[in-house]
Amino acid sequence: MNTRISQLRQESFEAEPAISIERALLETEFYREHNGKYSQPVLRARLFHYLCVEKTIHIGAKELLVGERGPAPKVVPTFPELTCHSVADLQVLNSRAMTRYRISEEDIERYQQEVIPYWQGRSMRDRIFNEVPPEWQDAYECGLFTEFMEQRAPGHTALDNTIYRQGMRDFKERIDERISRLDYHHDPLASDRYEQLSAMAIACDAMILFAHRHADLAEELATEEADGTRRQELELIARVCRRVPEHAPRTFHEALQMYWFVHLGTITELNGWDAMSPGHLDQHLSPFYRREQARGSLSREQAKELLSCLWIKINNHPAPPKVGVTALESGTYNDFTQINLGGLLCDGQDGANEISYLALEVADELHLLQPQPSVHISAKSPDRLLKAASRVIRKGYGYPAVFNSDAVVMEQVRVGKTVEDAREGGTSGCIETGAFGKEAYILTGYLNVPKILEITLNNGHDPLSGKQVGLETGDPRGFNSFEALYTAFSRQLTHIIDLKIRVNNYIERMYAKYSPAPLLSVVISDCIEKGRDYYDGGPRYNTNYIQCCGIGTITDSLSAIQTHLFEQKTVSWDELLQALADNFQGHEALRLKLWNKTPFFGNDDDRADTIMQLVYESLFAAIDGRANTKGTVYHLNMLSTTCHVYFGKKLGATPNGRLAWQPASDGTSPSHGADRQGPTAVIKSLSKMDQSKSGGTLLNQRFLPSVLKTEQDLDKLCALVRTYFRLGGHHIQFNVVDTATLRLAQQSPDDYRNLLVRVAGYSDYFVDLDADHQEEIIKRTEQQLG
Amino acid sequence: MIRGTIFAIKRYALHDGPNIRTTVFLKGCPLACSWCHNPEGLAPQPHPLWSGDRCLGCHSCIRACPRQALQFQAGSIRRDPDQCDGCGECARICPARAHEMAGWQSTVEEVMAEVEKDRPFFDQSGGGVTFSGGEPLLQPRFLLALLEAAGEEEIHRVVDTSGYAPREVLARIAPHTDLFLFDLKHLDPAAHRRHTGVDNGGILENLHFLASHRYPLRIRVPLIPGINDDPDHIRRLGELVAALPGVDAIDLLPYHHSATAKYRKLNIPYPQEQLRPDDTRIDALVERLRQFDLSVRIGG
Repeated sequence: MNTRISQLRQESFEAEPAISIERALLETEFYREHNGKYSQPVLRARLFHYLCVEKTIHIGAKELLVGERGPAPKVVPTFPELTCHSVADLQVLNSRAMTRYRISEEDIERYQQEVIPYWQGRSMRDRIFNEVPPEWQDAYECGLFTEFMEQRAPGHTALDNTIYRQGMRDFKERIDERISRLDYHHDPLASDRYEQLSAMAIACDAMILFAHRHADLAEELATEEADGTRRQELELIARVCRRVPEHAPRTFHEALQMYWFVHLGTITELNGWDAMSPGHLDQHLSPFYRREQARGSLSREQAKELLSCLWIKINNHPAPPKVGVTALESGTYNDFTQINLGGLLCDGQDGANEISYLALEVADELHLLQPQPSVHISAKSPDRLLKAASRVIRKGYGYPAVFNSDAVVMEQVRVGKTVEDAREGGTSGCIETGAFGKEAYILTGYLNVPKILEITLNNGHDPLSGKQVGLETGDPRGFNSFEALYTAFSRQLTHIIDLKIRVNNYIERMYAKYSPAPLLSVVISDCIEKGRDYYDGGPRYNTNYIQCCGIGTITDSLSAIQTHLFEQKTVSWDELLQALADNFQGHEALRLKLWNKTPFFGNDDDRADTIMQLVYESLFAAIDGRANTKGTVYHLNMLSTTCHVYFGKKLGATPNGRLAWQPASDGTSPSHGADRQGPTAVIKSLSKMDQSKSGGTLLNQRFLPSVLKTEQDLDKLCALVRTYFRLGGHHIQFNVVDTATLRLAQQSPDDYRNLLVRVAGYSDYFVDLDADHQEEIIKRTEQQLG
Repeated sequence: MIRGTIFAIKRYALHDGPNIRTTVFLKGCPLACSWCHNPEGLAPQPHPLWSGDRCLGCHSCIRACPRQALQFQAGSIRRDPDQCDGCGECARICPARAHEMAGWQSTVEEVMAEVEKDRPFFDQSGGGVTFSGGEPLLQPRFLLALLEAAGEEEIHRVVDTSGYAPREVLARIAPHTDLFLFDLKHLDPAAHRRHTGVDNGGILENLHFLASHRYPLRIRVPLIPGINDDPDHIRRLGELVAALPGVDAIDLLPYHHSATAKYRKLNIPYPQEQLRPDDTRIDALVERLRQFDLSVRIGG
């Protein structure tokens, strides 16, 4: 790491996340003046243009890549049109101990006077909550599911290589050409398409202008710059910003700046979940790198420096602060930008190249919270790539996560994407599969599957609130077979999914109508050709996902009932229900019997694993193929991010011996402490799930550093990964850390600021996690190898 | 149906032979090494283990015991060893795993079903099954049947042995074994008797037998401070191993005290609980062995 990078990295590390009210003020002013004058897409595009003209811009000392979402690094704007923070929200954000966002009292006051009065009742969140039916509200409040779209825009978007071949000018030409082909006589939606396309053209102009403002600033700074080297750098920055994004990039530097401007534009236009991701960055950059290497205009070290600058840029953009229940779901600065490395080329050849290795080196040297590099391994991937990844994994940063390209392709081809598009696709967010640059794959919310069993055991009522939140499927004492119980559970499941989809449909149309994303639509195929917005079915592929949580907890709970109530008949319904109602207080012998004497998921034990398959099939039947509002369908995926902690807090004691309010199982991992046969057994259990029917699964494995010391240890880790992938696994990630270190970190967080850990699908700083997450990490079964 | 007694099957074993393996521990050992880290494998028959700290005091074990071998005395469950026949009812009923069984009877088919579960990992990594103990050669008919079954399944087979077995047993086993891990403890006959309870004459003869017939072999030496780690003994080991035909490597397994908890469960004192040899000492011994042109590895 050279001095520039180490300085930028240090600054990034020290910058404190803060809230800027600039965007909110500009937006409020704009809406007061213009709302109602234009079609909604044009209104949104003009707002974006206005922001690009008016927002404060910033070029930091030593920077080579430029552009900030807020007025300075780690300063985050708000999006009151989606969710308007209250004064109390802002005060909490400013004062809370974990993941704090600084904001001054003056700004809070200004927000109260100028922003809140306008958006109250007008924000998307307010309008959604005013409209949802009471039974949805009850189910939502008791923690049966979450709703992603209530305060951030649908997102998880990743790009393909289009922006490296076309600049905004090229996009505008395509837009004009498409407008010229509009058939107002035979296409009843031609006028809508015109509005949409016009909005896209405005967004392109805004991007060019935004870049030129940076060019102007760089030139201005250059004239004042005393240092000759820096002056030249600033002049170079100015030239780059005059070139991209107006035109397609020609150099490695321009390619990175191109991506960064597009990234910034899309996260300024709206605050889509998981920011924006570059997709297969190594594949996109490789042609530029090779060309410049051949010409001798770029050394490996220079390429690494520029790549490091992008890493730091992404780290300087924390997630926008949330309000309400989602603050509990995931309290983190991480905005989930994921960078795919390796994988397959669209013609099916191995996609790894020198940038894959450079990027791993950068991730290793900088070890920042964001971005999250992931390594994509196909049967064609060289062992060198997996081995290089394992050398970073053993450092204990929690990344890179490892994905199975062949499975990711299969998942997409199953749902009708072309194999080429599927190969150009990959994973974004945590583990979500999508066709990069061509798909809106919208995560709609997490489903608390163990909670569905809980309400089934309470005849449709939530025992914590006492409210009826599901169907009355009967007193469980009347279930005299496992099948009778399971039938009630699956009826309940379908009912909850119906409820969720009903409101998803409503919210989806709200976004299509009121919050179009013209810039995002420019860069995602085929929005221009269709003349439709990203949120309105414009992309080539449109998928909705419901993320199912707690497969370990539900499987183990059903297995416990099956084993002790129906097979061995040593526990009665009365005993079990009383023990659950009492949170096992006074029933410790029963709790231990359930916990110790039940076949659990994660042990390669068919008695439990067949129950997992049964539940998975029920989830699939209830979700897959359900219609969304875009004429396309829902699929399921299997991740929890950190939501299993929130869901656990909403969940009483469960029949697997888990106490009330403890976390549910994460991702598709076994329940904490339930896997007792080592990692190969966990992998075998997971491989019994037909993962290609999902849009991604998530398997966390924690290893102590002592077992990854030698080259042979790493070989065995690689063999473990390769075997899982041969068996159809989608994803695996490793936490390499020892418990003693984590305990020390709890006692003196300041001494362990750089301690990164993997929490279900992403990395965070351990000391920034709340106590529950910390305890959970410590408790996870240590896969003591050998 | 051939049955034997085993006391553990461990998957993703990383130090019992090459690559990813499943280790099957056969119960019973004719040696009584003072440092033994698998004391629950010493006795040939199954017997209960007891962890008092887990006991809830529910007394379900007392009610379940068909031979009334258990009693509640002075705040704890006491087992009458003369009454207990190792049937395992207490372990079956105990919700808290305070009673556990060391060992159970198993058929060749049952063991192989468990071993085959990790076949994809063996195929990928080049690993396989390891038969360890106890002393696996103490159950020759069972071991041979297991080796033959694994051979038919094309699973790579390792036998981890002390070498203390009749020659004819070893000769029967050897052609069905892909690799021996031969645990050599001490070269001095008196010291060997003192610390393991048996003579090492037959062991050394067996070692030469395997080497001279070129059966694939790895020598492993548990490094026990104060017992076999003096430089002179290490030098003699080096000479011996270097002279064996076809053997050019030696593994040193430094003593670790992870067995302490096992002795507590067995309710017997740990005869050799002591410190792990320090790294500088190990490094010096490694250097000494390398002088014999041996490749030396720490750990298996």
